[in-house]
Amino acid sequence: MRPHRLMRARRLLVLLLLLAGCTSGGGSEDGRITLRFQSLAWQEESVAVNKELVEEWNARHPDIKVEYVQGSWDSVHDQLLTSFEGGEAPDIVHDASDDLADFAYGGHLAELTDLLSERLKSDIPQRSWQTATFGDGIYGVPFLQEPRVLIANATWLKESGVRIPTPERPWSWGEFRQITEELSGDGKYGVAWPLKEPVSATLNLSLSAGGQLFHRDAEGKVEIRFEAADEVVPQTIHDQVNSDASASGSTLGSGGSDTLPGFFGGRYAMVPLGFSYRQQIVQQAPEGFDWQVLPAPAGADGLTQGVSPQTLSIAEDSPHKEEAAEFIDFLLRPRNMVRLALGDWMLPTGTEALKDPALHTAEHDWATGTALAAHLRSAPAQSVRGYPEWKDKVATPSLQEYYSGAIGLDELRERLEEDGNLVLARYQR
Amino acid sequence: MRTGIPARVGQYAALLAYLAFLAFPFLWLISTAFKPPRELGSLHPTWIPENPTLDNFRQAFDEQPLLDAASNSLIAALSAALIAVLIATPMAYVMARRRTRLARAATGWVVVSQAFPLVLVIIPLFLVLKNLRLIDSLFGLILVYVVWALPFALWMLVGYVRAVPSELEEAAAVDGAGRLRTLVSVTAPLLAPGIVATGLFAFVTAWNEFFFALVLLKTPEKQTLPVILTHFIGAEGVADLGPLAAAAFLATLPSLVVFAIVQRRITGGMLAGAVKN
Repeated sequence: MRPHRLMRARRLLVLLLLLAGCTSGGGSEDGRITLRFQSLAWQEESVAVNKELVEEWNARHPDIKVEYVQGSWDSVHDQLLTSFEGGEAPDIVHDASDDLADFAYGGHLAELTDLLSERLKSDIPQRSWQTATFGDGIYGVPFLQEPRVLIANATWLKESGVRIPTPERPWSWGEFRQITEELSGDGKYGVAWPLKEPVSATLNLSLSAGGQLFHRDAEGKVEIRFEAADEVVPQTIHDQVNSDASASGSTLGSGGSDTLPGFFGGRYAMVPLGFSYRQQIVQQAPEGFDWQVLPAPAGADGLTQGVSPQTLSIAEDSPHKEEAAEFIDFLLRPRNMVRLALGDWMLPTGTEALKDPALHTAEHDWATGTALAAHLRSAPAQSVRGYPEWKDKVATPSLQEYYSGAIGLDELRERLEEDGNLVLARYQR
Repeated sequence: MRTGIPARVGQYAALLAYLAFLAFPFLWLISTAFKPPRELGSLHPTWIPENPTLDNFRQAFDEQPLLDAASNSLIAALSAALIAVLIATPMAYVMARRRTRLARAATGWVVVSQAFPLVLVIIPLFLVLKNLRLIDSLFGLILVYVVWALPFALWMLVGYVRAVPSELEEAAAVDGAGRLRTLVSVTAPLLAPGIVATGLFAFVTAWNEFFFALVLLKTPEKQTLPVILTHFIGAEGVADLGPLAAAAFLATLPSLVVFAIVQRRITGGMLAGAVKN
């Protein structure tokens, strides 16, 4: 290379490095506190509401500036873990209650009991606080949640003449099985279960039949027991797929969105999905397609369901915990909680917010979902240490094999209990 | 040896099938990017959108800072490729031409360095960069990309250097050229395709990289395209498919353009007939 070319290359390199280097920096400005709020909002309306609320806060609080940082559900755990370990975490962290256990026990999240206002503490019911309680402390403010519901082809159900369930008079699991069988035939199915993640769906719905699966003794040790009440939901699904041919076997490995084309195309009469899927349905349903939201079937414990609400937490390393708690309090004022809920097509946890007329309309069946809010409980396993490993190594493959008909109920029980308790034992020594 | 017509037809059919296999995801991505939500939920999807729309692109640009992210990605990927090539080329020359113990040890190091999974290094790396105050800086990210691409870039270039016959350098020396003149006028031009291919490899690796960028960059204005793309994915893997496809389609364009520009240099048979075997 000729000397002047070498010089040119060198200059270019220096320029690139300067370009890259000069963009670093940040931090708080003179005297003003800057809080970083990492939000996982991702839908257009939801992102807009979150940003609006941050702007409103900043306009009213010139001394405490909140910076909106966009996170992603897809990678939040790894990203937060690294940030916490490196002491670079955002001050306010948006996540879900089933992802908090490791961070709470690991000392990365601030204990919130003394930081939160009395208004907020009394507004959110105890059953919701339980979802973010680990040990004796509260490590997140649960603020949005969604029940699993049946999204149904209203025309199909009406023409078949079956009884339409309501939150006051839901179907029992037995009735649900019978009705899906009635609706099936000629390559059509009464229901399509999207069970790509079979564990949380099964455990959360099993609460309706009284299935606990995880039993905690007086010393706090957890044991897995797959009892008669735990069998109701898995057995119904298994029989629908393998005996009655009333549920499509091909959707067992699918995510919720993957079942929608078949639902719109008249292949499935119902799809069990999270309440927020309504947004996708409104966007994607063919013109004139009539759909409705039905409550999931009820069991011995009625419409009870497990949920892992979305949460807001404060990083233990944050030097401005009180200000961060003030911001959370602002974000979760009843009117703001409603705005967040509407943006995400979910239900708020706050009792005041739940009274808002916007959540009781027949449009998009908001009222049906809101009527289910009182039945939502903490997902059974989320505070159990070792649950993620049990889920990935034991429960997911076992349930997948059971639902596809490869193994029977006894084998399922044996694997969940014996293999499962071995996994949990390692975390409870 | 001449190939018969049936064999030739078979070869072309296999090539065509392979091309279709490679192109399918990209063509599907383009098709999805131009489809309205109703067509995305159709039970019988079509290749050509029935009611093509640019709404997905509009929404993608409205919701996320795609241009800023693309410019960050471009700075990071170009810088990483340039620096990696500048460092790897002289190293590769020495490793290929001087068969010393050190060169062999360096080759061994290159192989070993490829064996470490990302998750193993990320937290120590994060702490090192934090101490150097290089967290949340594109410069820090570029350094990581250079280090990450370097072993494989070196490995590639050693192969290219070895393919340049040393007889050519000897011939230049016989003709009176000095060491530097030989390197600059004889070896470097012949190595050009290799350097371009290596640079391209480093560019594409950095352009597509997600995890380091996710963990090392905090400020939204500094984030790169792969990180921004995940913002179209929600809880439980539910994706905002149309805008995601539109943004992903735009994100693949720079790689395609760079590749289209330099591919002739890679495939050019510059060494053909250089020496008699």
